[in-house]
Amino acid sequence: MKIILNNREEEFDKEPITVSDMLEVKRFTYKMRIIKINGVLIQKDRYDETLIHSGDNVQMLYLMSGG
Amino acid sequence: MKFTEIKRHLSKFRVGIAGAGGLGSNCAAALARSGVGTLVIADFDIIEEINLNRQFYFCDQVGMLKTDALKENISKIDRNINIIAHPVELTRENIPLIFSGCDVMVEAFDIAVMKEMLIETVQLSLPGIPLVVGSGMAGWGNSEAIKCRKIDEFLWVCGDESTEVSEDIPPMAPRVGIVSHMQANVVVEILMKKLKISF
Repeated sequence: MKIILNNREEEFDKEPITVSDMLEVKRFTYKMRIIKINGVLIQKDRYDETLIHSGDNVQMLYLMSGG
Repeated sequence: MKFTEIKRHLSKFRVGIAGAGGLGSNCAAALARSGVGTLVIADFDIIEEINLNRQFYFCDQVGMLKTDALKENISKIDRNINIIAHPVELTRENIPLIFSGCDVMVEAFDIAVMKEMLIETVQLSLPGIPLVVGSGMAGWGNSEAIKCRKIDEFLWVCGDESTEVSEDIPPMAPRVGIVSHMQANVVVEILMKKLKISF
């Protein structure tokens, strides 16, 4: 399936996948992040159960200390 | 459009600023100079000498609450700006109470865990309020890496999204200043768009 990840098209072998699957496949290991799917914020404790479907718009934002 | 007209329009709005450090203090000053009518500023911290390398405070204000000092400094720019100061630590519980009624919010914390907490709380408990986040501004140089990204109608991020502050990569006035002013620029952009709607 194809999804939009941070405004770029990304392809995954199966559909649907969980948020945790996506993070593992893409090797996104940095923990401080915000994830929104189709404009809805996904809380950390829901990553294992939240599904990403074909055509979904996934936005990920890394949070860096400093300010 | 003349600046006096822009200022008159911006004076109708209320902007929330979570944190009054490098991002918050400089962003607040830029918004005050632009004419935003009300600023709701929350920070429990006290000014230390080390803060003066980037924050909008002065030597004689060391030891003061940041919210008190910022109120004082902004009143020297424009005494008509209404500052609602909350010298408290922000939590998931008090954020919705402190910032309800704001037209836009600025995330201006320094610690990543706090940024995450604020973004989650605002997006879930204060739906409809656009939030402008700062992420990635440590060190110096590499200006071209600093950008502004609209994630959706309610979430924006300013910064390089990659550099983290450490002992060898401290936060410094130029890059923190750029990001805080980018955040202010997004706030002004969001508020100026409301002008078109009102016609």
